[in-house]
Amino acid sequence: QKVTVEVLDHLEHLALVDFRDLEGVEWLQEAIEFADQLHEVNTDGMEPMDSVLEDRCLYLREDDVTEGNCTKELLQNAREKVEEYFVAPPGNIPLPKLEERETFLQG
Amino acid sequence: LAPWVPVVGLEIHAQISSNSKLFSGSQVQFAAPPNSLVSFFDASLPGTLPVLNRRCVEAAVMTGLALNCSINKKSLFDRKHYFYADLPAGYQITQQRVPIAVNGSLSYSLCIDNKMSQMVTKTVRIKQIQLEQDSGKSLHDDTRSQTLVDLNRAGVGLMEVVMEPDMCCGEEAAAAVRELQLILQTLGSSQAVMAEGQLRVDANVSVHHPGEPYGVRTEVKNINSIRFLAKAVDYEIQRQIEELESGGTILNETRAFDSKLGCTVPMRDKEGKQDYRFMPEPNLPPLILYDAKSLPANMNHQQVVNIDWIHERLPDLPSVKRAKLVEHYGILPEHSFTLLNEDGLTEFFENVVKETQMKPKKVIGWILKDLLGYLKQHSLTVKESPVSSLLLADLLNLLEKKEISSTAAKQVFAELWKGEGKTPLEIVKEKKLELMQDQKELEEICQAVIDGHENEVITMVL
Repeated sequence: QKVTVEVLDHLEHLALVDFRDLEGVEWLQEAIEFADQLHEVNTDGMEPMDSVLEDRCLYLREDDVTEGNCTKELLQNAREKVEEYFVAPPGNIPLPKLEERETFLQG
Repeated sequence: LAPWVPVVGLEIHAQISSNSKLFSGSQVQFAAPPNSLVSFFDASLPGTLPVLNRRCVEAAVMTGLALNCSINKKSLFDRKHYFYADLPAGYQITQQRVPIAVNGSLSYSLCIDNKMSQMVTKTVRIKQIQLEQDSGKSLHDDTRSQTLVDLNRAGVGLMEVVMEPDMCCGEEAAAAVRELQLILQTLGSSQAVMAEGQLRVDANVSVHHPGEPYGVRTEVKNINSIRFLAKAVDYEIQRQIEELESGGTILNETRAFDSKLGCTVPMRDKEGKQDYRFMPEPNLPPLILYDAKSLPANMNHQQVVNIDWIHERLPDLPSVKRAKLVEHYGILPEHSFTLLNEDGLTEFFENVVKETQMKPKKVIGWILKDLLGYLKQHSLTVKESPVSSLLLADLLNLLEKKEISSTAAKQVFAELWKGEGKTPLEIVKEKKLELMQDQKELEEICQAVIDGHENEVITMVL
């Protein structure tokens, strides 16, 4: 089962990754096939394990103010700032549709 | 034309009342210098990790118990991914698979035909309550084509309360949210002030014909008050009905409520349907809660959240407070609703009752009509009242002892309202409003009136 162009396009939109060329797509294909091996194990009636931390105790913190007040430090990495605000573009700039962008996926 | 059945569900986000944020130690406070209440974790700097705030867990358990939910002794955290400038991590930590509380209910009351004397009780099912992070705030600067981002709110704890689509109109939605607001304020788990963004409501609205499947629903956002919630829901129901009756279709879209125009408008969704790619939060183990039975013997009690311990300490909920007021003071149920609906009014009422011989059933009339009437007219809160409970009690005592008539009492009240510091007795004396008790004096006055109007008296006798 090959990964379709629709799925690849969808992934590029969602994650803003760029598969760039055939090698990138094949790499993804191989990664999926590798993970698919999991299906060979019969897991009927078993509770899925989603975290190796499942037996650990989730530490609960006291409700005290111990952090913050470091505006200068936080802003020092910002390329643009306006009066202690971070600056961002006016809105999300979504990836143009498949037909409208230069991508290897079109071929 | 076949009747339409409107269906309304609600997603409510309540900011948890806590000193620090859900997963970090930065402060929770409305209105502070931009980016001053932000920790490295809140700004999503690499190498930072979430650490769960115990107080937020307790707030969610309290709220779940108050809404008759089953508390999940094991709940999980997940990541919900989307890109936005005020979500620095690119994902929100939430509880999508197994939230902290499920399957509850909320009872609320409505007046039929706007008559307070005819109240009906309705119930809405609570699907779940989940803990999640709030995002930062975006300020749109259209002139310079940029967005300014303040992360002070990023990471503040939220309880998302999901109400099933059991409501059918704006009035029901508003009443349900109002009752939830009162419950949250009573518990102290959230201050739930909508104007400060501590309570945000999104409405899901659809219409269908009886017996047919549910229609396509729209989501309505940007509702800033309970009053606007009712308007927004009713407008959207009407819009959908008109659209469908004229042969159109309803799009599964998100719409914003425009309070100035009183209508809903599509939120321009350039990105199409979102795929949040939920995944378990790898940095947080499951959240385990205990009760009296499952309490581990030798665990640090600071690490234990005991559901039973919290249950035992729940305060009286609004419905219980109302019932107690009705029972204790003999007032009507609708009176108890009004008392609880105004911040501080119950206390005021009880203070007056304490200091006066007048029966509570009579006092309530003065509180709900005269006092509340004046307060509303001058847009004042109970706390801002120029007439204190003691002053009102004094006045009611004069009335009760028949030293003044009820008409005179209303006049004195109007004077007291000016807040000039005079006591009721002083005003009565000043304006000579005392009721005359002297039999002889009264007879002399009556005789004088009769003597002065001989013709009218003769006409009356004949």
